[in-house]
Amino acid sequence: MSEPERRDPEAYLRQAAREGRGRLKIFLGAAPGVGKTYEMLIDGMQRLKAGVDVVVGVVETHGRRETEALLHGHEVISRRAVDHQGHGLGEMDLDAILARRPGLVLVDELAHSNAPGSRHPKRYQDVEELLDAGIDVYSTVNIQHVESLNDVVASFTRVRVRETVPDSILETAEIEVVDIPPDELIDRLKEGKVYIPAEASRALNHFFSKSNLTALREMALRRAAQAVDAQMLDYVRAHALAGSFAAGERVVVAIGELPSAQGLVRAAKRLADALKAPWTAVHIETQRSLAFTAEERGHLADTMALASRLGGTTATIPAPSVVAGLRQYAADARATQIVIGKASRSWWFELRHGSVVDRLVRAMEDVAIHVLPGDRFAPPRRTARMGPWGKPADYLWSTAMIALMTAIGRLLVQTIALGNIALLYLVPVMFAAASFGLRAGLFAGLLSSLAYNFFFLPPTGTLTVSNPENVISILVLLGVAIVTSQFAARVRAQADLAHGSARQNAALAGFSRQLTAASSQDELMHAICAEVGRMFDVRTVLLLPSPDGPQLRAAVPPEDRLEQIEKAAAQWAMDNEQPAGRGSSTLTASDWLFHPLRTTRGVLGVLGLAREDAGEPLRSDQLPLLMSLLDQASIAFDRMALEEEMLDARQIRERDRLRSALLSSVGHDLRTPLTTIISAAHELKRQHPCDLADTVEAEALRLTRFVANLLDMARVEAGALPLKLEPVDLFDAVAGAVHDTRQSLGRHEVKVDILPDIPLVRVDPTLLHHILINLLDNAGRYADPDTPVTIQGQRLPGAITLSVIDQGPGIPPGSEARVFDTFTRMEGSDRAKHGTGLGLAIVKGFAEAMGLGVSAANRANPPGACFTLRFPQASILSPLADEDMP
Amino acid sequence: MTTRSSGRHKVLIIDDEPQIRRLIHAALTRADHATVEAANAREALDKLREERPDICLLDLGLPDRDGLELVPLIKRDSDASLIVISARDATEQKVAALDLGADDYLTKPFDTDEMLARVRVALRNRMTKDGGVSMVRAGDVAIDLMARIVTRGGQEVHLTPKEYGVLAQLAKYPGRVITHQQIMAQVWPNEHAHHVEYLRVLVRTLRQKLEDDPQRPRIIANELGIGYRLKEADGA
Repeated sequence: MSEPERRDPEAYLRQAAREGRGRLKIFLGAAPGVGKTYEMLIDGMQRLKAGVDVVVGVVETHGRRETEALLHGHEVISRRAVDHQGHGLGEMDLDAILARRPGLVLVDELAHSNAPGSRHPKRYQDVEELLDAGIDVYSTVNIQHVESLNDVVASFTRVRVRETVPDSILETAEIEVVDIPPDELIDRLKEGKVYIPAEASRALNHFFSKSNLTALREMALRRAAQAVDAQMLDYVRAHALAGSFAAGERVVVAIGELPSAQGLVRAAKRLADALKAPWTAVHIETQRSLAFTAEERGHLADTMALASRLGGTTATIPAPSVVAGLRQYAADARATQIVIGKASRSWWFELRHGSVVDRLVRAMEDVAIHVLPGDRFAPPRRTARMGPWGKPADYLWSTAMIALMTAIGRLLVQTIALGNIALLYLVPVMFAAASFGLRAGLFAGLLSSLAYNFFFLPPTGTLTVSNPENVISILVLLGVAIVTSQFAARVRAQADLAHGSARQNAALAGFSRQLTAASSQDELMHAICAEVGRMFDVRTVLLLPSPDGPQLRAAVPPEDRLEQIEKAAAQWAMDNEQPAGRGSSTLTASDWLFHPLRTTRGVLGVLGLAREDAGEPLRSDQLPLLMSLLDQASIAFDRMALEEEMLDARQIRERDRLRSALLSSVGHDLRTPLTTIISAAHELKRQHPCDLADTVEAEALRLTRFVANLLDMARVEAGALPLKLEPVDLFDAVAGAVHDTRQSLGRHEVKVDILPDIPLVRVDPTLLHHILINLLDNAGRYADPDTPVTIQGQRLPGAITLSVIDQGPGIPPGSEARVFDTFTRMEGSDRAKHGTGLGLAIVKGFAEAMGLGVSAANRANPPGACFTLRFPQASILSPLADEDMP
Repeated sequence: MTTRSSGRHKVLIIDDEPQIRRLIHAALTRADHATVEAANAREALDKLREERPDICLLDLGLPDRDGLELVPLIKRDSDASLIVISARDATEQKVAALDLGADDYLTKPFDTDEMLARVRVALRNRMTKDGGVSMVRAGDVAIDLMARIVTRGGQEVHLTPKEYGVLAQLAKYPGRVITHQQIMAQVWPNEHAHHVEYLRVLVRTLRQKLEDDPQRPRIIANELGIGYRLKEADGA
């Protein structure tokens, strides 16, 4: 809680570790044959064209012709021969690549296991060594090779791969999903275009089923999205964006379906504010959640919405139990404070189940747990849930089966014992309970016992029971009905839960796929509108902020304009980052409901929803799904914005290149006529000496200097001056500059006072020349007439200084640093000073490019200005002893 | 081997700018030289064969071909001295041209006196190459290339073999720029990696032994980023 913008040190470390290291990009595929290698080679080719030093470390073409063709453009490091059962082409030659030191190396099949005797058992370890050496790596991997997903994939594909890569590799990598639709992949398989790894060939048909491929594809997309999330989070933490993530505190509040949960949310918000911590409202979705009534779902959604409004984030976590879910989430989110409500349960319930609070406290030792009296206003709980009554057909079926069993029993009554006949009735009872629920099961149990009693128990034909033992048979039948129906109901509920969340996941995955396909911001916005509209069956609009208020950018179905009230609601949603309009708490007169699209850079725009019949656009239980969709949309926007930024950067570079090309061509164009003018004036002077010719020559020379300065300034501003460093003798440098400025220095005598054995310095001689020329020019311009200009070279501990000292008015006090700014000319003088005002800016730009220091100061005795160049120790060459010289 | 007797030498001006050609022509005519002009590389090679000039002035920025490519062609097809003309900051281009065999260079914008001085030097070096001159004077320093003796004001100056090597390289073509590479290849024939640093140190001690004021060298002139030039006795 010390500083408001503390950075998360771990995130910072992770970032720091990444810098200096090579960067890893992984082409992630759902299955073999999607074209990862191809994609990687294409990308590598582009980098190659962009001037990056790209080599191929190892690429498996599997004989695919297109891939092989691509390989021809690349430099391929030949593989290290491996004597391993004479099989394979050999392993990647790590040492050869390290010695070759390329900028980028392409390494196929990240999960590959190296042949015995290699330096590392796994290829990804080779890759890590390459990254450590500062070499960028492109690699490919299929989703089933990712360690944490290995089991899951094996469970439904029945193919277990032995070669895995740890998740940590993916977490630091940039991930590109290589994706083709399952149908297309299956076609490619049929055409024999897919190489089948040995593990998969056994279960080939099963593995490449459409449902498997769809699932794998979804996993790949999710894994990639997860990596983006983690990286973005790291970035946000490391740069402490938006001032959040203050002192490392994080509050999590667990909410349930009761209205009182809103009190918990408010309490959590207060706590979070006090701690200056971010906070999250989380609902743990257990089996119980399924049985929520519409009203309860409404309460839950309202509580979630409240949390969002109050500035918290929300999450819904499916888990086997509240305690397990909360513990997991708290660990993932690194929560430090947990707020929960104390349920006013009966002592009997707590005795059986144990208090959630107690178990939570035991489970989480390093987290502060705040227990609030949550359910004070809770309505009395229903003690039992009977479930639905079911359809009449369920009862008819049960009755028919019981009739059938009665008939069978009548046939067998002579041959088997009476007690065993009762067992026959278990079949319809269990069937009814399992298939149709508790009520139908009880009905079947009751009917069975009546039938058994009436048809088989003596006295038959009546409902009286003579033998008390037979009462047990009746009770057993009823008991079986109850127990079976409860088990069946539980199983059914679990299936429903799984089904429901699968449906939601499928919707989300489909959504993100649609968004990934968009290639421009307009397409993306249209896709968001279309998908959200389709899922909720509403009309949608998307508005972005503009100086004239919210601007309509996409609409499905097409919409021309919005009413004033709608615009006001949209504006409010943008400004306050909260929902507004119909169904929210603000500007409810609007037909539309607007939700903000939040990204890491703030609110991007708002999404508006409206129903054709002008009803509520959204049911409260649809809110969580909408939130997830908005999150996905925001991520897609972020991704697109990053891409566009990259494009912008390219365009800026391109513009800079054009500008410097333009400047140098203008410079060249000016230089030629200037050469002619100067030489012509010179010739004229020779043939007919006159003052005018002198003037023409002098002015043309001055113009030449201006042009040279403009060109130099353009080079400074373009940044990254190309340096050609070589050992320079300062005597030479000074003599050259004095020679070239003899005209502008006019009658000023130049005194050179440099330490005779001053060491050589390593600088760019041309840049140093321009620096000195400009300093001498400047001195000549501002010094008092006929005073000497002194150039002083001194050896200081750890540096060499070279000063240009004049005698004159000096620099106006206080503007010593400002004189190096572009277009600053020294004031305080009524003499007309001619210059472009660029000279000293060029001095500074060139000096900084070479790592030299430059400063300006006034001197008292004699008064004047002193400009000092400082050569740091790193640029000074140690004096050569005679024996050093060859 | 030229048979032309006296002052009238023929100069081929290769430049795409007619104004510049006219100007150079005027200056050369003043100095009593004959001129031939070419506006591009193709014309230049034709004129080179037809006119057999003594000197070529080649602007490296030609419209139809990189001027650098012409340098070896001119040296191969003729025995003319070659002075290249290029822009201010094109240091590497100048070094490349010199290492390819150009005799000297001029930087735009140049004044015509400087150009005439370079032409004079080039012509004299042509004679030297043909006739062989062993005595070179610069300021009050005299260098006897045959006897390998250097005197200053009549007094013999003691130089180390390396120092003499550097000085001799410059003295062989007085007034003409010699690149760092050219000097070092002669003085350290067995070294593969040449260090300008060594050369700078040698030149500094040479100046201390030969110059009146080593801080303002008048005998061994530095050519920024390119090499050194031995200033001649006549102060050209």
